[in-house]
Amino acid sequence: MTPDPRARPASGIEPDAPHISDWLQIEPDGCVVVFTGKVEVGQHIRTSLAQAVAEELRLPLSSIRMVMADTDRTPYDMGTVGSRTTPVMARRLRQVAAATRELLLDMAAERLGVSRDELAVREGSVAHPASGRALSFAELAGGRRLDAPYEDAPVTPPGAWTIAGTPVAPLEGEAIVTGRHRYTPDLSLPGMLAAAILRPPSFGATLLALDTSAAEALPGVRVIRDGDLVGVVAPDRHTALRARDLLRAEWQEREQISSRELYDYLRANPAPPDPSGRAQPTLHEQGDVDGALAGAELVRAATYTVAYIAHAPLEPRAALAEWRDGRLTVWTGTQRPFAVRAELAEALGVPEEHIRVIVPDTGSGYGGKHFGDAAVEAARLARVAGAPVKLVWTRAEEFTWAYFRPAGVIDVTAGLDASGTLVAWEFHNYNSGGASILTPYEAPHQRIAFHPSVSPLRQGSYRALAATANNFARECHMDELARAAGEDPLAFRLRHLRDGRMRAVLEAAAEAFGWQTFRAGEGRGRGIAAGTEKGSYVATCAEVAVDADGAVRVTRVVQAFECGAIVNPAGLRSQVEGALVQGLGGALFEAVRFENGRILTDGFRSYRVPRFGDMPAVEIVLLDRKDLASAGGSETPIIGIAPAIGNAIFDATGRRLRSLPLLPGS
Amino acid sequence: MPDTITLRVNGAERTVDVADGESLLSLLRDRLGLTGAKISCAEGACGACTVLVNGEPVRSCVTSAASVRGDVLTIEGLARDGELHPLQRAFLDAYAFQCGYCTPGMIMAAAGLLARNPDPDEATIVAAMQGNICRCGMYARIVRAIQQAAAELRSGAAQGGGL
Repeated sequence: MTPDPRARPASGIEPDAPHISDWLQIEPDGCVVVFTGKVEVGQHIRTSLAQAVAEELRLPLSSIRMVMADTDRTPYDMGTVGSRTTPVMARRLRQVAAATRELLLDMAAERLGVSRDELAVREGSVAHPASGRALSFAELAGGRRLDAPYEDAPVTPPGAWTIAGTPVAPLEGEAIVTGRHRYTPDLSLPGMLAAAILRPPSFGATLLALDTSAAEALPGVRVIRDGDLVGVVAPDRHTALRARDLLRAEWQEREQISSRELYDYLRANPAPPDPSGRAQPTLHEQGDVDGALAGAELVRAATYTVAYIAHAPLEPRAALAEWRDGRLTVWTGTQRPFAVRAELAEALGVPEEHIRVIVPDTGSGYGGKHFGDAAVEAARLARVAGAPVKLVWTRAEEFTWAYFRPAGVIDVTAGLDASGTLVAWEFHNYNSGGASILTPYEAPHQRIAFHPSVSPLRQGSYRALAATANNFARECHMDELARAAGEDPLAFRLRHLRDGRMRAVLEAAAEAFGWQTFRAGEGRGRGIAAGTEKGSYVATCAEVAVDADGAVRVTRVVQAFECGAIVNPAGLRSQVEGALVQGLGGALFEAVRFENGRILTDGFRSYRVPRFGDMPAVEIVLLDRKDLASAGGSETPIIGIAPAIGNAIFDATGRRLRSLPLLPGS
Repeated sequence: MPDTITLRVNGAERTVDVADGESLLSLLRDRLGLTGAKISCAEGACGACTVLVNGEPVRSCVTSAASVRGDVLTIEGLARDGELHPLQRAFLDAYAFQCGYCTPGMIMAAAGLLARNPDPDEATIVAAMQGNICRCGMYARIVRAIQQAAAELRSGAAQGGGL
């Protein structure tokens, strides 16, 4: 029996999908349909993946149709996470398309009775220029599944790209600007009910008593209790929310810690060993760090902290669930459709084969939509209600019941020798994570460790994971060391870097910023930072202005980025810019405040995100390395901005700020 | 008690029953099936639900449906005869969105601004758009798109066209 490419593979990583037909199909009208489990959350991968396929098939983009993130139609996918779409999925689809091209060439050679060398693939046909004959892809495929393997197909090198590597506008653009593009909250089905959920007033509260009479007095309202889930279904959302507000509930609450005590708590509460192995402590030891610190000419030790922050995607968690003959279909915005399918199977006691998860393009995730909370709730309510149910979380639910970017405490101790050279580097991260924790700088003696803690709030992935926190602590500390050594922060970094790609982005950013010619004036300062994560490199220069009252404004940012061969320069530039702006929020003012199990920042009035007026002048420099494999470009460009600003504030004021956000309440 | 109200929505007269306390956003989405204006914050703090009422941008999530009189224009009504509005074209040209969830609200807020002020400088655009959030961070591109559309509308008006 051939394996089902849509089933979860034993590895849990790559699907059992060895044939062209698992990924690609040629339609009778000549259209090429491509199947991928990746989701579109605004990275414009529908476009960049289509470009990769179009390139290998020498086909116009308009002839490619992408089917994305549908567990009944697309091969298993572990999720649109970890900057894997470009290095893994684009590479695979490129191979599939190249194998298809080679197969079509073979078929045409046989049908036309000529040698393959005399044939050319162009515009959806295989042509024999010498005789003027041609066969279209559709004629050649004849509606058959292409069951050939694709592994060893010869792909086109980046230097020869004509469609990939060019700036292409997003394929869904016109639907977006006309309001036609439908996200999960915009979907509807005949007979559909709208749902709202009764939430506890604080984390971990248990329900003691519930009076539903006032809620159920509203027309068409039904209150559903399904285990610990209490929901309201109604003909429309307005009525469902009103009915939810009329539920009279009594709760048993428990005492919990508040934001003020957070950092002491994280240090004092190591996590118990995690059997899943996900939150393992890590330790990197090299040389004799204690001895090197003892013998150092100059030692600098400091503690950095990062707050919990919220992803706050504009589209809240949402799901539409429909049961039909014991089979469940759920439309939901998530980055991991196949994981949500498994979650639904587990929660509802239904085999995965009876569940279909479809992900409409999503009003983004930023690492925040890995789970199926809304999907499970909608499916449970729909099963009891006996009708399709749509649930759209409210903004307060989104800010309270989703998960957060982990908070953390980072202790750094570093030693320089008499020549100002880094000899010892000790780095301890409590709770925020191990991503990008190793230093790219040369230091003979190192101890670097990640210590997972018990988290008082639900925490999880966020764009670039802990690379933001680790890079913030490292790059601020490097700045401090450079100043202690009396050296320019750029020169100090370059002197400790062997990695040519990191040097190249630093030099490119500094050049475009005018680092060498910058004149510090009254209340002006400049800062620089660099970092690398997931095969890509970023360097950021920031300029700040401080007014007479001490108010800080970021006035200008230059960011250089390199992720190998660029697939879509327009899309990449947008990602680098967007990541920088999102990073500005976490750098300057975003922080989740909480007290005794309640989130105090539960709306956009209390949780401040970047707005138009926060924008500095931004210049992006992209380095295109056609000689290197393409890496992802949506995450790493977020990690440079916080330390660059922190270092610029020091340059302007002499104050070293060691906590993210740098300017809470600003 | 339900109230029956009559409005012009995207040029067509509509008579709709609205519930007590129902928002204009709910009316547009759930009674009329116009889902271009988005559900997001429900407190008028993000702009994703922005539509024009008699030419003025309003946050439809905090606007009582029963209070609305006159003309409502949503993103679905902005293109005329299949021809994109200059703002829609400019957003495409400037690549001024990623996920696109904020885009209808952005475009309608900008349409309201340009109707009042055909030649806004950058500071005016920033001030007028401050209530609209783009979590993907496309602010600089959106400002450029609005400037491009403004220029195009002005030259169109000079040639005797108009909004």
